[in-house]
Amino acid sequence: MKAPSHPLKVAIIGAGAAGLYATTELLRRDACARVDLFDRLPTPGGLVRSGVSPDHAARREVSAVLERMAVASGRFRYFGNVAYGRELTLDDLRRHYHATIFACGAVEDRRLGIPGEDLPGSHAATHFVGWYNAHPDQAERRFDFDCERAAVIGNGNVALDVARMMLLPIDLLRQTDIADHALDALSTSRVREVVILGRRGPAQASFTAPELLELTHLPGVAVEIDGVIPDDVPASLPASQRLRLQILHELRWRRSAPAPRRLILRFQRSAEALLGEDRVVAVRLVENRLVDDGRGGIKAEPGSTVETLEVGLVFRSIGYRASALPRLPFDDSRGVIPNQAGRVQGEDGLVQGLYVTGWIKRGPNGVIGSNRFCARETVDALMADAGSLKARPPMDLHNDLPGSLQRRGIGITDHRGWQQIDRIERERGLASGRPRRRIAARRELLAIAASGPA
Amino acid sequence: MAYVIVGTCINDAACVDVCPVDCILPRPNDPRFREADMLAIDPAACIDCNACAEACPVNAIYSEHRLPQALQRYRRINAELTGRAVT
Repeated sequence: MKAPSHPLKVAIIGAGAAGLYATTELLRRDACARVDLFDRLPTPGGLVRSGVSPDHAARREVSAVLERMAVASGRFRYFGNVAYGRELTLDDLRRHYHATIFACGAVEDRRLGIPGEDLPGSHAATHFVGWYNAHPDQAERRFDFDCERAAVIGNGNVALDVARMMLLPIDLLRQTDIADHALDALSTSRVREVVILGRRGPAQASFTAPELLELTHLPGVAVEIDGVIPDDVPASLPASQRLRLQILHELRWRRSAPAPRRLILRFQRSAEALLGEDRVVAVRLVENRLVDDGRGGIKAEPGSTVETLEVGLVFRSIGYRASALPRLPFDDSRGVIPNQAGRVQGEDGLVQGLYVTGWIKRGPNGVIGSNRFCARETVDALMADAGSLKARPPMDLHNDLPGSLQRRGIGITDHRGWQQIDRIERERGLASGRPRRRIAARRELLAIAASGPA
Repeated sequence: MAYVIVGTCINDAACVDVCPVDCILPRPNDPRFREADMLAIDPAACIDCNACAEACPVNAIYSEHRLPQALQRYRRINAELTGRAVT
């Protein structure tokens, strides 16, 4: 007779959307499986907490909903302030869990690779986003808004987020959960104009329709489109694409009411260099032509017209990038951990017991909900492997890893600690007429998590 | 009457799972799902059961008659995205 096997015990690294969807999917698919979810920050949520824009906070609700589903299973634990490669090693994970799913995302920014990129006043959009969202690693950054015009290089939703944060009336930002330090700094901002620069044309931009629609009624902001938009949108285009172009067309031709601040979407321009002696004072732009790339797409080719745009602040917003993790394979050109449908692929074939999901698996693309389907594929693979994983149980299955980390004196926030942080942030918000006042200091987050409920 | 998805949508398709008449598009197995900026409800097929609104993790789904003024345009957008004539 075969001995009954112990229920599957799985560690998930990274408590952003990817890790949370993997958690709920796994708990739903295997009615006995146990999940320990780790994050390098004290708080869960990943980019749902520190990427989603404060004026879009409704989208943050997704992480609370997924957490509630996980907690309700009774087979879920959260451990914050524990980083893979810092407190947590691959050996630890292999010794204590049948399987580990890496869901640590892509946190680095992609660089432009142009002269002047490192001048003061030139920033990664991701740093600015983390800063206004009270990310503990970005809270100490300084941004100088003592200039009239800022440029954002890149044509995705993050570029629009960055622009809105600089242009929305401060009284409106005060009604959001934006970080206190960002509210202070933006309240004395002199920025009156933000120019978003795209290499290609309006039809190739990655702004999504709902974010473009918002531009038709941004309070206090006049929107201008500098680019060619066809009068007739081809019926052959996908529905979302048609809607994007319709809205851009409307923005292009409507007469906007006079407003104190301006947002300009400028297309077919590449930044060649950031200019300035001791800080950015201008960006040199070249006008691009659009040509067939021979693969069914359109690419930008620099022409000969060059111009200089005076700016005091530049944000590069051309995408995120993942970096290699200790002792795991990494495909540097794609910025992902090589994998087959979520199973980690090493040099000599699949690596038993290791899985990936989210941006570290597929690259930084898609929206929050894309991670649900990404996680489903990975959990499908893990479920198919469950028999062989259980046949070789980990050495220290019955020793608790988080317990031993705590005995080593590592400050860990559990789910109750996070709920405590969440409650205090909301209470502080309530006291000042805001939805939430976020805590950015790691030490304070840990202290609150460790304190008992008041 | 019908339900309406608004721009807060994060495309996780929790609504698609619970819709009894499959009126939310594109479906996750449709190649267009990956490219969709948001999901939409076919107003001609919706039976007003409210299941999608309850399943949505970000409260992006409204009954048509409770749709806030600022989001009225999403009525038309849902019809357009699901290939229905605009009423």
